[in-house]
Amino acid sequence: MTTQDVKNMEIVYERPEALVDINYHYCPGCTHGIAHRLVAETIDEMGLIDKTIGVASVGCSVFTYNYFDFDFVEAPHGRAPAMATGVKRVRPERVVFTYQGDGDMLSIGAGEVVAAAGRGENITVIFINNANYGMTGGQMAPTTLPGMKTTSSPAGRDVENMGYPIRASEMLATLDGASYVVRRSLHDAKNIRKAKMAIRTAFETQIRGLGFSMVELLSTCPTNWHMTPVEAAQWLESNMIPYYPLGDYKIHPLVAEIKN
Amino acid sequence: MTRELWKGNDAFAEAAVRAGLQAYFGYPITPQTEALEYMSARMPELGRAFLQAESELGAINMVYGAACTGVRVMTSTSSPGTSLMMEGLSYIAGTEVPMVLVDVVRGGPGLGNIAPSQCDYNQIVHGGGHGDYRPIVFAPANVQETVDITYEMFDIAEKYKTIGIIMIDGSIGQMMEPAEMPPMMEVRKEVPEWAVRGGSGENRRVLSSIYLDPAEMEKTDLRIMRRRQQIENNEIRYKEYFMDDAKIVVIGYGSAGRVALSAVRSARNKGIPVGLIRPISVSPFPTDLIREISKSVEKILVVEMNSGMMLDDVVQAVQEKTHIEFYGRMGGLIPFPEEILDEIERINKGTKPLTDHPRNVWLDRMDSIIAR
Repeated sequence: MTTQDVKNMEIVYERPEALVDINYHYCPGCTHGIAHRLVAETIDEMGLIDKTIGVASVGCSVFTYNYFDFDFVEAPHGRAPAMATGVKRVRPERVVFTYQGDGDMLSIGAGEVVAAAGRGENITVIFINNANYGMTGGQMAPTTLPGMKTTSSPAGRDVENMGYPIRASEMLATLDGASYVVRRSLHDAKNIRKAKMAIRTAFETQIRGLGFSMVELLSTCPTNWHMTPVEAAQWLESNMIPYYPLGDYKIHPLVAEIKN
Repeated sequence: MTRELWKGNDAFAEAAVRAGLQAYFGYPITPQTEALEYMSARMPELGRAFLQAESELGAINMVYGAACTGVRVMTSTSSPGTSLMMEGLSYIAGTEVPMVLVDVVRGGPGLGNIAPSQCDYNQIVHGGGHGDYRPIVFAPANVQETVDITYEMFDIAEKYKTIGIIMIDGSIGQMMEPAEMPPMMEVRKEVPEWAVRGGSGENRRVLSSIYLDPAEMEKTDLRIMRRRQQIENNEIRYKEYFMDDAKIVVIGYGSAGRVALSAVRSARNKGIPVGLIRPISVSPFPTDLIREISKSVEKILVVEMNSGMMLDDVVQAVQEKTHIEFYGRMGGLIPFPEEILDEIERINKGTKPLTDHPRNVWLDRMDSIIAR
């Protein structure tokens, strides 16, 4: 192929404008990068780059704000939905979203997310479920599967002693204030496309003032799972999806009218 | 301008509204709840943001989010709620965004009770949240002073990009007194340069309290401490009474200072040369003033509604140059003027040199004092 051939080629993919042109600190094979890209592409496509304020959380996603090229604030551990509420209530014309992992949102921050969803707070939560605490080195999370080994459940999660995993989407879907709650996965191309459509619908839900929206994204953590990226994707498909079925858990009738 | 009868909790809420408050987030807790209730009607009536949060954790983080957008924002709570807010306060201090908190202090520790107390002094003044920061803390002694200080506190917090705390006790929150409200300020339209607003590229703003590089964290800590230095130079406030020829000086803030004033007046009527220093700014603390005064007076009596938390600051300021005694009531009790008068008269009659810390001397006498 000559240089001229390359020049004549159609550009089919490039870095989203909403992503800063720097390298991620995430481990190889981690799906945070994919989730970031999907959010950034959606922001670009919907023309929201100058209308969005993101709320970062604590965990691997603590540096989320380094990668998005728009305004961000950084919340204390678990408090992102409360902080997002504060932003949204005084800047209701802005799109406000949190980006939280499972330890952050479902353990220390369970109260804040339930309260925000119950209020029908008009914010969007991007919820990364990788079944462990990634940042601190792979401890047991509320999402850790029964029997799953982590650094703080070395013999495997014993549900008699350590309790059962919490299914966030199913739980929040019971709340009247939640308008759009879905679970998607990032383990293969087909599911990644579906995840992106869901993120778009979630932002659209917020823009239309329809209340709380959350997209749960089943994600991989190859480093702490002690797997290669490919093994991790396969493990997610065969172990996480049976426990955390993909699907739409809450779609308000007005959200159902949104066509993407 | 007219003086009206205002309840303390309603009064500081209205004063904040008149200072151009744009958002209030709070949670019910006695003896502060009237402020939340007042705001729940008043803020929506003016088209401003009000939300009853799920907890004090939720409330302070809502304040944090709103503060990052540069609006005038506040919360109010009471002691156990303040404990819960300490996490958020530390983050707010580290992010260098301004906000105002009113702490209507009640008896403790633990669930304690709902009676007036000053036992949050250490938690508020000497910091409770982690990290290198010191909030501004003013302790008014009556409803009018609470109104005036609340009205002014937003400007002060914004000037230094810091946390401004108004520390009153439950009795000031609950009592009704005549007060004159300040004029209604216009709500600020412009967004401060540093605030997030929805911008990208060169206009992107990131507000955070994380500095992974210790050298960068130290730079931030230094910046915060240099602003603190300015605060110490500019924001010391206190009132003094009968100090011209005083040989004995009573030092007390808030309600304890107010009761002490009654006692000092009675003592003056009996010819005792006693004066009163009532610190209004307890952070920054009027250290230099007290050090200066300690050179010219013979004895100091510190009066508080706690176990002598400000006493430590006075001892540090005086540096053992002057005889210091302490009188405190705890658990939600307010001292009667007669109790303080007894102390003044006792000290006036003559004291033996202290062989122990003033707190221990007071503690040894407490059983007999309670028995009276």
